[in-house]
Amino acid sequence: MDWQAFWLTIRLALTVTGILIVLGFPIAYWMAFSRWRWKFLVEAVVALPIVLPPTVLGFYVLVALGQRSPFGRWWQSMTGHTLAFTFEGLVIGSILYSLPFAVQPLASSLSGIDARLLDASAVLGVSRLRTFFRVLVPLSLSGLVTGVALTFAHTMGEFGVVLMVGGNIPGLTRTLSINIYDQVQDLNYAAANTTALVLVAIAFVLLSLVYSLNRRFWSVWPRN
Amino acid sequence: MLSARVTDNSSAEQVQSSPDALTIRLRKKLSSSFGLDVDFALHRGITILFGASGAGKTTLLDCVAGLRAPDSGHISISGRVLFDSEKGVHLPATHRKVGYVFQDLALFPHLSVESNIAYGLSHLAAPERKQRVERTLEMMGIPSLGRRRPVQLSGGERQRAALARALVTDPSILLLDEPLAALDLPVRMKIADDLRRSIQNLRIPVIYVTHNRDEVFMLGENLTVLENGKISAQGTPHEVLSAPRGETVAQLAGFENIFDAQVASIHEERGTMTCCVGSARSESAQVSLETPLVRAQVGENLRVGISAGDVLLATSAPAGLSARNVLPGHLLSLSQRDAIIVARVDCGIELSVHLTLGTRDSLGLTPGLQVWVIVKTHSCHLLAR
Repeated sequence: MDWQAFWLTIRLALTVTGILIVLGFPIAYWMAFSRWRWKFLVEAVVALPIVLPPTVLGFYVLVALGQRSPFGRWWQSMTGHTLAFTFEGLVIGSILYSLPFAVQPLASSLSGIDARLLDASAVLGVSRLRTFFRVLVPLSLSGLVTGVALTFAHTMGEFGVVLMVGGNIPGLTRTLSINIYDQVQDLNYAAANTTALVLVAIAFVLLSLVYSLNRRFWSVWPRN
Repeated sequence: MLSARVTDNSSAEQVQSSPDALTIRLRKKLSSSFGLDVDFALHRGITILFGASGAGKTTLLDCVAGLRAPDSGHISISGRVLFDSEKGVHLPATHRKVGYVFQDLALFPHLSVESNIAYGLSHLAAPERKQRVERTLEMMGIPSLGRRRPVQLSGGERQRAALARALVTDPSILLLDEPLAALDLPVRMKIADDLRRSIQNLRIPVIYVTHNRDEVFMLGENLTVLENGKISAQGTPHEVLSAPRGETVAQLAGFENIFDAQVASIHEERGTMTCCVGSARSESAQVSLETPLVRAQVGENLRVGISAGDVLLATSAPAGLSARNVLPGHLLSLSQRDAIIVARVDCGIELSVHLTLGTRDSLGLTPGLQVWVIVKTHSCHLLAR
């Protein structure tokens, strides 16, 4: 068991999950409550990472972070190197890759909340921001937990994007999934098996959590 | 003569001088063909806003509460301006001090009844908040339900909780959107009674929206009728109903029969006139009815409403009656609704007639039977088109 890779992977998953919950909430809120006629286009863009090959995403992220892009050049002038093949670059790639796994459960949960509850809160004198914390968050808790669990599990399981953007640098960008690949290449089947089982166990626990939550009766006020 | 002391859109001026007046003047497009265009004022006490579903009642309440903005207009309470399109004033809902009981109550499902009621009181210190909540729970007759969640309450209890939540913040206006609509029939009357007692002593304007006739009579001090987006009548229930104008009011007053009518001739000396009544579509299916005299000209198109309870039936040609309208026809159908029989009769026009169960049996009424329809002149109520 490559513990360095293990902790790196956990760090990556935690960082990405933390950022995506903060980033994902406004997107999910907009998707749940907006009635813009072109909303479906945004929904499609958000869902792209589910169907695109990781290499496509990895490729675009690499190009965006690398020396060929204005952003990449700017970053290089600031720090002396590009974001490609760094942990931070992995984080950026993973955020895009796991976006739908954070946004969709959240949006689904939020859209199940009766908009009249928000009206009631406003009429009772509570500001939009405080309504968010006093009404929206508690009522979308199951969506929040689902989003966190799925994002974490999905990030832990990344391979293609991580490989392309990260470059398999030990201690920096060699995650567990890449580690298994290396071990198989080295014909070290025993080690590969251990690592794989660890990933299966973690994923299973997280998914059980997700499914247990979404089976339980949640007293969200029904939407008319 | 069509209207008694019933006023329409120009009543705003009269009430404006009253210190507690809620003035509402607004226009709002609701769909491509229909919009709200109202101008009226209310003072303290219960005003029933009556109208058919889809007439715009909820939108009107939402505009008063600040949840939606009218396209243009002016809303103010006791001189405090809530909305004015010309001056660009639009006070957000959070600052309007409006109590609103929504149609589906909108109680927060994740909070207890106590927390629901205390929700709008976060600006108060905890002890005072607790005290107010307890007092309100007592007042609403649900002192022991504080800890429960809304999902654990009955319909009537939920209603009371929602009202408590709206009142505890000491609002300057109270809005109730069909508060009894979600309740079962037997519960409704009891809750209506409790409601009346809770709100009749409030010294603020209360707008009570309903499309139910019984509630109008139980609760109404002032009645405002909304029809096609406009105020079609305003006054006490008695005033409004004793001289019905629009079709909504006619339905409110209980006219099961409403027909197109054209004035055929006027008999000033008798105080009556003759109208050709029938469906506008078929010229042949028309009858002549003698109706009370109203200010109208020959050839003018009106509508006439006849309450089903005002129509008599005879199984043999009647003679020596005081009624001026005796029409031969035949019985189309009979159906029972609770304790009355609804008979459909074709006498040139199709009328609904209400009879008792006993009548059906003693007269031996069956579909197809030849009958005579008897309608008094004054049972024919003329309505504006």
